Amino acid sequence: MIDTLVIQDEDYREILDAIERLARHVRAKGVFLIEKNGQLIADAGEMYGLDTTSLASLAAGNVAATAGLAKLIGEDDFPTHFHQGQHDHLHMTVIGGRFILLVVFDDRTSLGLVRLRVRKSSGQLAQIFEDVLKRADGGAGALDEITEADIDKLFSD
Amino acid sequence: MSFINYSAREINCKIVYYGPGLGGKTTNLQFIYNKTNPDLKGKMISLATETERTLFFDFLPIALGEIRGFKIRFHLYTVPGQVFYDASRKLILKGVDGVVFVADSQEERMEANLESVDNLRENLVERGYDLDTMPYVVQYNKRDLPEVVSVDEMRRQLNPRRVSDFEACATTGQGVFESLKESARLVLRDLKKKSG
Ligand SMILES: Nc1nc2c(ncn2[C@@H]2O[C@H](COP(=O)(O)OP(=O)(O)OP(=O)(O)O)[C@@H](O)[C@H]2O)c(=O)[nH]1
Ligand SMILES: [Mg+2]
Repeated sequence: MIDTLVIQDEDYREILDAIERLARHVRAKGVFLIEKNGQLIADAGEMYGLDTTSLASLAAGNVAATAGLAKLIGEDDFPTHFHQGQHDHLHMTVIGGRFILLVVFDDRTSLGLVRLRVRKSSGQLAQIFEDVLKRADGGAGALDEITEADIDKLFSD
Repeated sequence: MSFINYSAREINCKIVYYGPGLGGKTTNLQFIYNKTNPDLKGKMISLATETERTLFFDFLPIALGEIRGFKIRFHLYTVPGQVFYDASRKLILKGVDGVVFVADSQEERMEANLESVDNLRENLVERGYDLDTMPYVVQYNKRDLPEVVSVDEMRRQLNPRRVSDFEACATTGQGVFESLKESARLVLRDLKKKSG
């Protein structure tokens, strides 16, 4: 079990590239990449001012609850989720087992196109993450420099 | 599971408040929310029943400052304490970095406290964690009420590992930030230990 997900600058840029491309290609309002435990990793699109922290935690809760339901009825998971709204719709896919790719879109595009492109991007993102996780070596770097005194200082007030 | 983002220079960790129903977990988060500077907190989300019992989780993101240019952020979650919500509790524990156990000091809730610690231990094992080694603090809440069990007795029954523990009254805030800060400190130390 890997406890710490470490994303380096170059990986982050590659991830951001991939989701920005996806957002453009499907004319999405927003594309969000979320770790299954509720941390937002990257986002793209035009949903400025959206509370992305809340979005990530609720999406993760939603996916976790649905996966729980799947297990109850003997399925492994429901890997894709679609919620249809009045104007805006939401598509979520689990990729690489531990990430959620969430796309918000409206009637400028179609579910069919979103599905198609998401499938393509998922493969690519899964590949990037496989590399990221292979390299994951705890918190190396940042944490090496942090001392007990730094930690204590954070709480001294 | 902590998440370190070098691009945003952020370290993100997850603390879960666990304990029996009505013990005061949600009240802890509400107090933290009310007393935290707006720039340092996000929205508090409560997925609750109509009677304000936690149904799935409460969620509160807060920033605790910076260490060597890295923003330190914590995601605080509470679980639903009612016994029959066990499936939800298991989901919330996913990726946990530290646990704050909120015990109810009233005599008639001692059994519920014990049951909840057992439940925590089992649910952690299922996720591959060990309550005896992970960052863990215990809070004896509702000290303001009459008919409370003595701290010594609660410690004996609920905290045999003798981790840091705090007397609290979550409604007035006594012990609330103390518990949070100690938990956060333990999580950061643990993170450092694992990486080094
Ligand atoms: N007197 C007193 N009441 C408290 C204290 N802490 C919480 N309460 C009250 O206890 C009740 C339950 O508190 P919650 O915070 O909702 O409990 P919880 O642990 O989140 O309960 P669940 O969501 O069911 O698991 C509320 O009415 C609180 O106001 C305390 O320290 N003293
Ligand atoms: Mg609650």
